[in-house]
Order: sequence, then structure tokens, then C-alpha cells
Amino acid sequence: MNNQIRKFYYGDIPEDNSGSNLEVAKSEKVHDWPLWEVFVRSKQGLDHKHVGSLHAADAAMAIENARDVYTRRQEGVSLWVVESKYIHASNPDEAESLYDPANDKVYRHPAFYDLPDEVGHM
Amino acid sequence: MSIQDLEKIFQDKIDKEIKIEPRDWMPEAYRKTNIRQISQHAHSEIVGMLPEGNWISRAPSLKRKAILIAKVQDEGGHGLYLYSSAETLGMGRDEMINDLHSGKAKYSSIFNYPSLTWADMGAIGWLVDGAAILNQVMLCRTSYGPYARALVRICKEESFHQRQGFESLLVLSRGTNEQKAMCQDAINRWWWPSLMMFGPKDSESTNSDQSMKWKIKRKTNDELRQQFIDMIAEQIKVLGMTLPDDKLKWNEERKHYDFGEINWDEFWNVVKGNGPCNKQRLAARNKAHNEGAWVRDAAIAYANKKANLKNQEAA
Repeated sequence: MNNQIRKFYYGDIPEDNSGSNLEVAKSEKVHDWPLWEVFVRSKQGLDHKHVGSLHAADAAMAIENARDVYTRRQEGVSLWVVESKYIHASNPDEAESLYDPANDKVYRHPAFYDLPDEVGHM
Repeated sequence: MSIQDLEKIFQDKIDKEIKIEPRDWMPEAYRKTNIRQISQHAHSEIVGMLPEGNWISRAPSLKRKAILIAKVQDEGGHGLYLYSSAETLGMGRDEMINDLHSGKAKYSSIFNYPSLTWADMGAIGWLVDGAAILNQVMLCRTSYGPYARALVRICKEESFHQRQGFESLLVLSRGTNEQKAMCQDAINRWWWPSLMMFGPKDSESTNSDQSMKWKIKRKTNDELRQQFIDMIAEQIKVLGMTLPDDKLKWNEERKHYDFGEINWDEFWNVVKGNGPCNKQRLAARNKAHNEGAWVRDAAIAYANKKANLKNQEAA
């Protein structure tokens, strides 16, 4: 007999029949609202940080929703929203070759240079 | 590179506590497990707004109403952070929502219980959010980057949820006899379901602890459950109330509280859809989604109209 018992974790409930026969939500058509990435500047002097994403019909709605969802505790003085499709990203698989040239240029670092103490703080 | 090589590099990152980000290579099973867990976590937040939303119009004071609204708003926001994280793994929002509404996707069973009195708001904040906090703090160290970051944000906001719940019960516990009785009654009804939030016992275990190996989970169900019981058993003394478990007792050798057996039949029944409010919860969600369709459609129509106007002006 195959005694395969599964270990479960919070939220990790098996995909058994849930037993519900409900009227499924009607609008099966694709949610036309595009996805936007949200960046928040929490304080003057800091840069914008990526905090997450949201769906919105247009830029104005995206900004308002971003304010409602990502700055509820006054963590923002400025918001950027960018449609996700306009974000271009480097390929992580190519990270090694992309960044490799920077790895062996130790002369870019101040510690490479040996100066006598009399020079003082430099 | 072969699959085995990729898997080895992947497991290496996990072992070194290097986070996995959206475009990194990952085993298909890792992707699927995370999608399921994160989206179900998101569904739990959204459905969790319902038992509390029930009391917004009937909160005993303006202060309590404002607090409850703020908490429910937070839950909506948490749902969003989690949906966003799940979407980075390649599942669209529509598909996740449809799975919730059709009953295919699960959400935390605790929200299938009814909120019968005002004291339930306090009990939910203290016990249910308390249990969620333990789990979420643990998950802040989960291996998938976007999920971990969403959880850090969630944890910051979650602590007021538990504090306001306890404080609300504290006020009741110092009130009239009716208020004290209402407080005790709410605790009696929410205690065991809160323990069930941590899932089945570890002893129903599997051959490969894949979730632990991939550091999706960092602590087991029983560990978290014990941590929760030890914490609550002390805090309840401040309220002068009792927990509905006659087997609850401090064990000096184990340095933990012993506790009674959970009713696992009830647990599985509720998970399978036969809890007190399963049907109402899904019905409420479907109703909201259907009746709100015109808003979504109108927003798109308006956005298109503005875009066309702009194009015409440019032409």
C-alpha cells in the first residue's frame, strides 16, 4: 500500500474538490487594465524605490491607486508609475558576462593606492 | 547546461541565502508552489475583509469605526502586495481571481467562520492576526524575493492589527458583566479555529520536505502553533479570561504549554467547503466582482476615449 501522506504548510491546502457549486463571476473576459510598476520617493533627498505593482486603466488612476496602496503611512513625497511593458531588464542568465568586465579592475578602488601617511586624509 | 546543472546552481543559491528574483531560472515546481501559496495568501487577505467589514457600520464608537476601516483597508492593500508578487511568477491577475471565485483556489479557512458580535473584532485582531503575524514574520525570510519584500511591508502594517484587537478586548474585560461575557464568548469561538490556521500536524509528514529545502517555509506548522499558544496563554492572563481548553497547562520539562487535541474533522470539513460561511464568502466575492464590472469597463472606455482624443489632437 502506498502510504504517501503529504506535509502541509500554512496556505498549502491540497487541490481536492472544494465542494462549492457557485455561479462563477461573469466577466471572464480579460481584465483590460494594464499592469504598472510603482516607484516611491519616501523623503526629499532619497531616490525612488520600486515597491510593487498594480493594475489601472490609465496613468492618472495608477497614480491615485499607488497613493492609496503604497503610501498609507505617509511613506511618499513622490510617485512614479510605469507600465510594466516599458521596463526593459537585463537577462539574469547573462549576468556573469554582462558584469564580468567590472570584476577585475581593482584600480577603480581607493584601497589600491598606497600613499604615505604624511599626505593625511585622502 | 543540463537541468541538473541548473537545479544545482539554484539549490546552491537557496543554501547560501541568496534570494531568487523573477527572471532567475527556477524549477517548475518551485514556481508553481510559490504561485499557489502566494495567491492563496492574497485571497485570504481579500476574503478576510468580509468578516470584519460586517461590523464597520455597527462599531460602538467613531474611534472604533475608524480603526476598523483602517484595518480592513490594510487587508486590501496586503492582498495587492501579494497578487503583485504572484504575478511576477507568470500568473495573471484575472486567472487568480477566477480561481478564487470558482472555488478552485483556497484561502485561509479561518475566514469561513462568522463574526457574531462586536467582541469578535477584538478576538479576530488578537488571535487571528496574531497567528498570521507569527507565520508572516517567519515568511519574511522566504527565498523568493518579491514574496519576502511584500511580507516585510505587510508585517510593518500588521502589528497595529493585533494591538488594536487586544486593546478592544481589554476595554471589554474591564466593563460590565455583559461586556465581559461577550469578550469570553468571542474568545471561546475563535480559539480553536485560530490554532487550525497553522495547518495539519507535522506528523502527517511526507518523504521530501521540499518547501523547507527550498526555504519557502522556514518553520514547521507545529513549531509555529506552539509558539502561538505559549504567547497567547500568557497574554490572556492580562484580560482575566480563559481559553476553552481544559488540557492547556504549562509543562515545566518541555518549557512549553501542553494543549488539547484539535478537532481535525472540523478542520478538513471547513477546508473542503463545509464551514459555516464558505458559501457566503464566495457568494459575496462573486457578487462584488460581477456588480463592479461596469466600473472596470467604464474606466477602460474612459481611458480609451482620452487616448483617442489625444491622438486626434496630435494628428
